Amino acid sequence: MSPEPRLVEVRRNVLKQNDVVARALRERFRAAGVFVVSLVSSPGSGKTAFLEKTLTLLRPSYRVAALVGDLATENDALRLARSQVPVKQITTGTLCHLEAAMVEKALEDWDLNQLDFLFIENVGNLVCPSSYDLGEDLRLVLISVTEGEDKPLKYPTIFNSADVAIITKTDLAAAAEFNWDAAFANIQAVRPGMPVFRLSAKTGEGMEEYLQFVGGRMADLRSSAAV
Amino acid sequence: MHELSIAMSIVDMGLEEAQRRGAQILTVHLKLGALSGVVKEALLSSYEMACENTALQGSRLVVEEVPVVVFCPQCQAQRSIRSVQWFSCPVCGTPTSEIVQGKELEVVALEIQE
Ligand SMILES: Nc1nc2c(ncn2[C@@H]2O[C@H](COP(=O)(O)OP(=O)(O)OP(=O)(O)O)[C@@H](O)[C@H]2O)c(=O)[nH]1
Ligand SMILES: [Mg+2]
Ligand SMILES: [Zn+2]
Repeated sequence: MSPEPRLVEVRRNVLKQNDVVARALRERFRAAGVFVVSLVSSPGSGKTAFLEKTLTLLRPSYRVAALVGDLATENDALRLARSQVPVKQITTGTLCHLEAAMVEKALEDWDLNQLDFLFIENVGNLVCPSSYDLGEDLRLVLISVTEGEDKPLKYPTIFNSADVAIITKTDLAAAAEFNWDAAFANIQAVRPGMPVFRLSAKTGEGMEEYLQFVGGRMADLRSSAAV
Repeated sequence: MHELSIAMSIVDMGLEEAQRRGAQILTVHLKLGALSGVVKEALLSSYEMACENTALQGSRLVVEEVPVVVFCPQCQAQRSIRSVQWFSCPVCGTPTSEIVQGKELEVVALEIQE
């Protein structure tokens, strides 16, 4: 006769594998002195346009590169390559988010010591990327003014997993009747203290302030690493 | 939807435990934080799919939902928040994003048959 079923305690983090790889990546980034920024948003919020602008503006003063996740196409990688910095596409197939192992694989033949900034565009999705640490130093969540002010309340988890909110396409704010105060209040409700930047990748308005911020964060990281 | 890949990771863990213990897994108990980014209903149906044609087929996934607890710097105390849309202390109203609990995605127990 077989014994009665019994309950045994275990303690296993389901995302352990990803977390272990992310931690190793973070250590590599730290050792190489590269500051890593990831971008999440819904499809079409303007990640690629914003990144193209960012790469173009940073390129004269910094060594920059980008990875871009996409379900199927290489379009975003081709657009980003116009900024004349190293760009690599990660095709995720049916997977709706990037995982740390994909980033690790994409970086296999890159010398991180040659970089100051690495940007990672995640797949357009406000749900799935929130659970996966990619080893980044800073995670930006983007919402465009045409999406409405209530996005933070609808997707609190992704806002919570991010460090900075970027409101994009500000050149369209008047046409979309975007309410800045409501958007700001909603962001602060789900993530008190979160820095918020408003900008337009099209006109370049607001880019300067944001670039100063990331430049500052990079300098902080380097000086803390130097101690 | 990333619940299927999460469910597959849970099943892999179950298979590993089953083999290591030389036992059959009847039930997997999971703690799921409100900020884990995983939807319970989607996970439950994905779990069934992920179990198909494995040694875990027919096993159950029992999900314990874990609410978000924050630390209130004003009260110097841990507080459960009422909603993930409102990160502030339910007692004094101070906003806080210091999360103490609520991101769990963790297998905590197994019901096994040896
Ligand atoms: N007017 C205006 N349009 C913008 C701006 N930024 C992006 N767009 C437009 O918005 C559309 C989507 O922009 P993308 O940069 O492709 O958005 P994305 O977030 O990378 O999209 P996915 O990668 O598919 O998720 C394109 O037609 C862009 O030209 C902006 O600042 N102003
Ligand atoms: Mg894009
Ligand atoms: Zn309080």
